[in-house]
Amino acid sequence: MAKALHRLANPARFLRIASPLLPWIAAGAAVCSGAGLWFGLVDSPPDYQQGDAARIMYVHVPAAWNALAGYAGLAIASAVALVWRHPLALVAARCIAPVGACFTVIAIATGSIWGHPMWGTWWVWDARLTSVVVLLFLYLGYIALLQAFDEQETGERAATVLALIGAVNLPVIKFSVDWWNTLHQPASILRFGGPSIDPAMLLPLMLMAGGFTLLFAYLVIIRMQTELARRRVMALRRAALAVSQPNDA
Amino acid sequence: MMPDLGAFLAMGGYGAYVWSAYAITGLILGLLVVATLRARRSMRASLDQAEQASPRRRTR
Repeated sequence: MAKALHRLANPARFLRIASPLLPWIAAGAAVCSGAGLWFGLVDSPPDYQQGDAARIMYVHVPAAWNALAGYAGLAIASAVALVWRHPLALVAARCIAPVGACFTVIAIATGSIWGHPMWGTWWVWDARLTSVVVLLFLYLGYIALLQAFDEQETGERAATVLALIGAVNLPVIKFSVDWWNTLHQPASILRFGGPSIDPAMLLPLMLMAGGFTLLFAYLVIIRMQTELARRRVMALRRAALAVSQPNDA
Repeated sequence: MMPDLGAFLAMGGYGAYVWSAYAITGLILGLLVVATLRARRSMRASLDQAEQASPRRRTR
């Protein structure tokens, strides 16, 4: 089992499978986002309470979903790296982190912009907003730990542990709107009893969510290609050094 | 039917909020895509260089 997983997660095989998918993922992201923008900004009704300000939802919610899903991916990849010690899992985790951090910044910024007209304030330190700020710091802490040590492996081990501990924050974010009093509205899609949102608003939301998710995957795969190339460059340079200075080896 | 562009941009009085949210999103994602593609291009150039210089030359 572990052996089969190892073979599947072989870097060369990963590149062979993922690289040809990239143009399709990019096209899918563009089509979904384009259609999502059309339905979201033009061909959907304003919210009956929030008017046109509710259209901020179509970028805010997909960004927040991807920020959370990205961290889940980071934590799962870290767990795989810890258990099976497979380098490709570490490569994936390392490449997810900056993308996830950017989506978290988008979720926080657009949420703040949305909050001002609706709540009368740009910011409040309530459970949902605070736990998402913690998410951003987990991403940034992971990136910082990777680079904090001279030995790459030491940094990777420290960052992996942080990624796993930080996973506790995910259910806190999800249920923060139920557990505590907060200005943030409760979930209207992923909730018991099904979505409580009008189909005319659900369509652009799902299109944008699909577009953002495909864009996330596109960026992570390209960053993994880059990271694998970097590792190959390092290996080649080490090999060249060993050949030119055989006595030091 | 040509929609009223002024009304569209006004977004029912929330224009500044809606458009700045979309602009920030587009800006961050745009910069991220450009930085990601640039990093790959420069790393691939380094890889070509390293493979040229490598004693065991690989043909790909």
